[in-house]
Amino acid sequence: MRFKTAQIRLVSSHPEVYEPCDDSFALVDALLADRSKLIEHKPKLCMEVGCGSGYVITSLALLLGQESNGVQYFATDTNPYALKVTSETLEAHGVHAELISTDIASGLEKRLAGLVDVMVVNPPYVPTPEYEVGREGIASAWAGGEDGRSVIDRILPIADNLLSDKGWLYLVTLAANRPLQICLQMRQKGYASRIVLQRSTDEESLHIIKFWRESDTQ
Amino acid sequence: MRLLTHNMLSSNIKGVTNGFPLRIEVEKVVEKEVDLNPDFLRSMFSKIDWKALVHAARSIGYSELPDEADPSMLDSDDFLSRFHHALLQLHLEEGVLICPETGRRFPVNKGIPNMLLHEDEV
Repeated sequence: MRFKTAQIRLVSSHPEVYEPCDDSFALVDALLADRSKLIEHKPKLCMEVGCGSGYVITSLALLLGQESNGVQYFATDTNPYALKVTSETLEAHGVHAELISTDIASGLEKRLAGLVDVMVVNPPYVPTPEYEVGREGIASAWAGGEDGRSVIDRILPIADNLLSDKGWLYLVTLAANRPLQICLQMRQKGYASRIVLQRSTDEESLHIIKFWRESDTQ
Repeated sequence: MRLLTHNMLSSNIKGVTNGFPLRIEVEKVVEKEVDLNPDFLRSMFSKIDWKALVHAARSIGYSELPDEADPSMLDSDDFLSRFHHALLQLHLEEGVLICPETGRRFPVNKGIPNMLLHEDEV
């Protein structure tokens, strides 16, 4: 059985794990909007940082295919319950990703450097007091510190290290995260960027930004 | 956890300089058949630390990889199928990964390695 993206009824859950919500749907919709480019891109290694329920990495795996297409997936989360739920979500859809319980990409940064062709990140982006960042359980899915940038600003240099020459990064941001400033910051590291999708909900204004190395012509 | 992942993981404890490869202590290994993609294997070959893969495969009970490998072997179907089996079809389901420098143990449960550190290790 193959679906275009992950099916909500097949997504597993746990009280301590963030359920697929507007931000998750926006990220998957951005990946769908870029679908033909992603297929043409022929990524070998894909990665999600902070996989939560597994909705996004499962959708990406359904979109790009598995071993027969020569694609492998890695997904990390700091919340052990999230990895359990992701594993169940992947299995319910008949796809596989290698799961690692770790902070961002700790333990992978040395050997996986320069190898990731597609990285997707829906970070904890909600502005909160700094002391709420890095707490255990479901709070780790949203608490983003000042301007919601605490975790994003830690992820960006790691993404830069892990992305291959042709690597793409899809990042969910909130207007409060000052996305333009993020783009300028990434430009200094040599990345071009584009807003793939913009969506305003009752509560938040979301931007899904795609980054790629400027040396790589799209 | 596939051996592909083992080949990409290093001990992340603060101050460790020689954290790769992690030693493997096995409790349970499972085999899951997946399609072989020669292009994937050929492009990954140069990224894989061969020695670490051979040792890891051996420590989970698979000794069919040659000690040395060079890119010319990628033309052989027999070599590709062994490489494929070791890299993608064998999973460390339960066990421990051990930092070669400090001996710190990282548990693997239900195929998921736990690389989370304690505060004094970061």
